Amino acid sequence: MDQEKFKRLSLTAARGRIRAMEMVHRAASGHIGGSLSAMDILTALYFDVMRIDPARPKDPDRDRFVLSKGHCTPALYAVLALRGYFPQEDLKLFRSIEGHYSGHPDMNYVPGVDMSTGSLGQGISAAVGMALAGRLDRKDYRVYALLGDGEVEEGQVWEAFMAASKYKLDNLCAIVDINGLQIDGRTSDVMPSEPLDAKFAAFGCQVIPADGHDFRSLEAALAQAAEHRGGPSVILARTVKGKGVSFMENDAGWHGKAPNDEQFAKAMEELQAALEGWEGN
Amino acid sequence: MGEKLATRSAYGEAVTALGARDPGIVVLDADLSSATMTRQFSQVYPERFFNMGIAECNMMGVAAGLAACGKKPFASTFAMFAAGRAFEQVRNSIAYPRLNVKVVGSHGGLSVGEDGATHQCCEDFALMRAVPNMLVCCPCDGHEMRLAVEALAAYDGPAYLRLGRLAVETVTDSIPGYQFKLGEGAVLRDGADVTLVAVGLMVQMALQAAETLAGEGIDARVIDMHTLKPLDEGLILKAARETGAIVTTEEHNIIGGLGEAVAGYLGGACPVPVVRHGVEDCFGRSGKAAQVLAHYGLTPEGIAAAARRAAALKK
Repeated sequence: MDQEKFKRLSLTAARGRIRAMEMVHRAASGHIGGSLSAMDILTALYFDVMRIDPARPKDPDRDRFVLSKGHCTPALYAVLALRGYFPQEDLKLFRSIEGHYSGHPDMNYVPGVDMSTGSLGQGISAAVGMALAGRLDRKDYRVYALLGDGEVEEGQVWEAFMAASKYKLDNLCAIVDINGLQIDGRTSDVMPSEPLDAKFAAFGCQVIPADGHDFRSLEAALAQAAEHRGGPSVILARTVKGKGVSFMENDAGWHGKAPNDEQFAKAMEELQAALEGWEGN
Repeated sequence: MGEKLATRSAYGEAVTALGARDPGIVVLDADLSSATMTRQFSQVYPERFFNMGIAECNMMGVAAGLAACGKKPFASTFAMFAAGRAFEQVRNSIAYPRLNVKVVGSHGGLSVGEDGATHQCCEDFALMRAVPNMLVCCPCDGHEMRLAVEALAAYDGPAYLRLGRLAVETVTDSIPGYQFKLGEGAVLRDGADVTLVAVGLMVQMALQAAETLAGEGIDARVIDMHTLKPLDEGLILKAARETGAIVTTEEHNIIGGLGEAVAGYLGGACPVPVVRHGVEDCFGRSGKAAQVLAHYGLTPEGIAAAARRAAALKK
């Protein structure tokens, strides 16, 4: 990846983090921790890898994305708005009775949302169905799904990968946002799910480790997934929950909590500084 | 009275016939294709049949994904697992996004017989009715099932279809003027004293009960309410006004099913006696289907007794 592209993606993600923080603060609710950990992954998908056209969000040939960790709408909506699916002004309606930008995404109202999700473990099954449909229709679109590392505690996730493997869905790429935390604490304490690489490999997936905050690493991983034949790929993306805001990083307490005005000001200061750093770069 | 055929067999035939006409039809099953009768489809259209293994929750999600890409999935398994085990997947991945998935639950009710309580689902109507956007349908015989499958394939939206295990008399093919339309009950027999509103297997029994009642001077109307939701309120209201008493009968818990749907509607529209006949809030047990049904009073005589009670309450 050349420096130009690296800078462009970094700038976009920095803007996305600011939008997400504003949304959660304005709504006084929402899932900021996981949104910040997923922001770079979503940026890589929507601004680098996916074959999409925001002017034609229902194009049958488009690549699909399923936010299986459906609570991370602050990241998804911010990225969709920045990509041009709807005006950034709409982000003010996040979690508001005035609009349809629900806490969890609704495919029937939000342009660019390919599947309604929110109940963990279900999005990946829908992604399997989309990949099967692509196979049936002999279309070459790819299907991406983003899961959390807490989410993989749901048994349905493994049912889905058994099926993806049975049907050799190499048009399916799942990305696990491994930030190591869930609502009640560390995933290793709440319900240990490691070793995830061995587990996904045993379920017939090509397993690709990646740094979820490094666009070069993500680009390489997504390219490796696209080249794989004969089965699904899973990118195990190591991330930091709350990434980009010092006092939110690696703190499970910021899973689903909105910052108060003081915390918001401090967070925005850090996020703005990061953005300006890239702008001056 | 025509052939004797299980509604699951009619479903298997009908969905296979649909497959010939519509390449968008896909069928999913969860290791029960020889019981839900989708095996026939799997043999004729193997590329459009997906055996998802014993993993019903994933199957419903996969069906949702297929529908999101324009396919018309019929996802079949036992009623217990379709409406029960995968309830939340049906709610959140299918009904909430209003995806065009037909959730098909076979072996509904007590007539499962020998397998016993764990497999005798008497709660599926309640579960599926309670979910917004869901249409709920349970045809009474093979003829009606074929028509229902056709209609459901043409209906663009989420629906639950209950099938029965037991071979049953086909009655709807010989009723003059009978027509099938989703959301509209069919009057199978006219009557002035009481109305028997029946669904599924109980429709045939209600017709027999009406014969018995006629011998006692009670003129019973029989409505085949194959679509529980949306409920044909107009037909219910007319029956309430004209006959003044209603009996509902269903192979389902009296809680949450047809009985409560009808009583709930009439309570606010035209309060008349409504006697709910069905499974009295208890689990089933093993036995031959006819023995189990008799044990729980799901018989023509059980319906007739309920009708006498309803008629007596009119005064």
